Amino acid sequence: MTNIEKLNAAFVEALDLDPNESIRDSYSYGDPKWDSVAHMALVVSIEAQFDIMMETDDVIDLSSFGKGKEILAKYGINF
Amino acid sequence: MESIFNLQGKVGIVTGATRGIGWSIAQALASKGMNLILNSISNQELLNERINELKENFKIEADGFLFDVSEPNSVKECYNQIFKKYKRLDVLVNNAGIMKDALIPMISSEMIDRILDVNVKGVIYNLQYASRLMGRNKSGSIINVASIIGRVGNEGQVVYSASKSAVIGLTYSAAKELASQNIRVNAIAPGFIETDMIKDVPPDKFNKISENIKMKRLGTPDDIAKSVLYLASDLSNYVTGQVLGVDGGMLV
Ligand SMILES: NC(=O)c1ccc[n+]([C@@H]2O[C@H](COP(=O)([O-])OP(=O)(O)OC[C@H]3O[C@@H](n4cnc5c(N)ncnc54)[C@H](OP(=O)(O)O)[C@@H]3O)[C@@H](O)[C@H]2O)c1
Repeated sequence: MTNIEKLNAAFVEALDLDPNESIRDSYSYGDPKWDSVAHMALVVSIEAQFDIMMETDDVIDLSSFGKGKEILAKYGINF
Repeated sequence: MESIFNLQGKVGIVTGATRGIGWSIAQALASKGMNLILNSISNQELLNERINELKENFKIEADGFLFDVSEPNSVKECYNQIFKKYKRLDVLVNNAGIMKDALIPMISSEMIDRILDVNVKGVIYNLQYASRLMGRNKSGSIINVASIIGRVGNEGQVVYSASKSAVIGLTYSAAKELASQNIRVNAIAPGFIETDMIKDVPPDKFNKISENIKMKRLGTPDDIAKSVLYLASDLSNYVTGQVLGVDGGMLV
């Protein structure tokens, strides 16, 4: 799987999104299905997909799909 | 029933694990095969001894990290190491805690800060990182060591009781938040337990408290460890958001 596919998969699994639709960068916290409880599941899912442990500040900053890509770059994961 | 108690291959962390209640908890978990990470704050030599003792006696993997639970960066580093080595976490026992007594006029702001930092913030930092590791396997048990004082209070313990009531409150909230990920969060509220922590209690106070124990003996660290074993194992797999009093009947 490419990194973008992995990130997509993490979102689909954690937020129960349609697996056939690719997620737009603008998809954000507060949009349908991405609430505070789902946020924790999303973080866990991203960490498991990329085998990393994120800083608490990054967990807080993870506010959109696009921001997720930016944050992951810090961990050497590029898109 | 024996297999339900089996913790073989699972990974747990116990804070404040070198002495008193924490050390008994560590031995109880290790005796059921759990691999352990021990934490304490002041004595590297003792921590090393404890690790070796567990490895020799129970043939488990054991590691130790000396740090102050109220230091977020140290907590983070510890969980990074757990992640690197084990890639999983099954049990967190938030046991590290301090007790200092002072009557209301004598409470200093430094004392408030220190007790709340260790007893409350330390618990939250560990809970934050542990729950993320546990979330990966959609299972885990977090056990917070509160106190009977957090339930009913005590003269001279305004700050300590506030900290332990906070532990009870955060246990309820975390249990609600983490249940959907199959992570259970419970608290144990020990009564009067024979450890270094109570060795400086003045004799008159000591006698007064002892008289309230219906079972007519002080608790031992082992009494607490047995309850932790219950909450850590699958024996309690449908139990969350509970505060288990282990106090010899001090409240009945
Ligand atoms: N004993 C009782 O009657 C009683 C009753 C109710 C609740 N409790 C609670 O039970 C827990 C354990 O108490 P205990 O009686 O076993 O205490 P204890 O004998 O004083 O042992 C405390 C342990 O915590 C560690 N510790 C203290 N501050 C720490 C910090 N900031 N960061 C990391 N580790 C730290 C100590 O490490 P070092 O060895 O390095 O100092 C030690 O291993 C506490 O939360 C306490 O409030 C005790």
